[in-house]
Amino acid sequence: MKLFQLFTGRRSAPLARERLQILLTHERGTTGQSGLIAMLREDILAVIAKHVEVAPERVEVRLERGDEVAILEINVEIPDVVARAAMARERGGRAA
Amino acid sequence: MAEVLVVTSGKGGVGKTTSTAALGVALAQSGQKVCVVDFDVGLRNLDLVMGAERRVVYDLINVANGDVRLQQALIRDKRIENLSLLAASQTRDKDALSEEGVRRCIGELREKFDWVICDSPAGIERGATMAMRYADLAVVVTNPEVSSVRDSDRIIGLLDSKTMKAERGERMEKFLLLTRYDTVRAGRGDMLSIDDVLEILSIPLLGIIPESEEVLRASNLGSPVTMSNAKSAPARAYNDAARRLRGETVPMTIPNARHPLLTKLFGRRAA
Repeated sequence: MKLFQLFTGRRSAPLARERLQILLTHERGTTGQSGLIAMLREDILAVIAKHVEVAPERVEVRLERGDEVAILEINVEIPDVVARAAMARERGGRAA
Repeated sequence: MAEVLVVTSGKGGVGKTTSTAALGVALAQSGQKVCVVDFDVGLRNLDLVMGAERRVVYDLINVANGDVRLQQALIRDKRIENLSLLAASQTRDKDALSEEGVRRCIGELREKFDWVICDSPAGIERGATMAMRYADLAVVVTNPEVSSVRDSDRIIGLLDSKTMKAERGERMEKFLLLTRYDTVRAGRGDMLSIDDVLEILSIPLLGIIPESEEVLRASNLGSPVTMSNAKSAPARAYNDAARRLRGETVPMTIPNARHPLLTKLFGRRAA
């Protein structure tokens, strides 16, 4: 097996690195690196939920810390059908 | 003014106690007045690693509760004069640590020592949050292994939110100490490399401690590796890390604990 690996060059470290990067990007957003993100996430979710039905796990709030400034990134995934219905309603509203 | 340093990791078994003892000795050997404090209430081990397990009379809980004076609980190292230990209680649990008691105790330690090194328990519960609560800077001990890196990431988040420094809106200084590193395996791509871990955790590197049998030997002897075999690879790495803590610029090398030739072929140096 080891000899086989030597020839195919399949190393485990790159996979470990990739898995960690994906996992931690997600965890930093959801488990909340700070209370602030958790609170923001909850409030943003509540505002959106007033108008559109959206699953909690579809809202991603991230705080990227730089040296000078931090960037707050909010990603909300809205199902296509809901988005289309909302747009149709808007058009209807404008026409009326 | 004293520096309060917390040695933390989230995950257990990565080398917090070993690193606390080794860094404590290294700093003391450079002439600094040092106290190492065990926050692992109920599962104390720093006394054992320091070779002082039969000299513990009073502990951190006794001092925090005001039962005894700090001076009564401090255990002076028999080999290095300016090194002391404050043990954890073995019969209580972590809930016995009151925040006010810890604050007062750390405050008193600050007056007596140049360095107060808090050995955090594993986990993210009360013991760990109390150990980091009043720290000025943190050493995050990490193994080049997925579960350790993940837990370190979580601990970095706590350091940035649950410490007094963070709550005051100040920047908590955090350094990575990569332990049990195997240059050969990392060079072959079988172990996360220094660059991988640094990129993921994005905190500055304090040192790289190579995997070495000297570390187990040191704990068997109750003599931190920087004391038992100062010329060994891990001891040199800890000594370099201690110098960096004191603000010295020391080139980052990976002291070699394995076959020098193999490492020359496969190894790489840190940035």
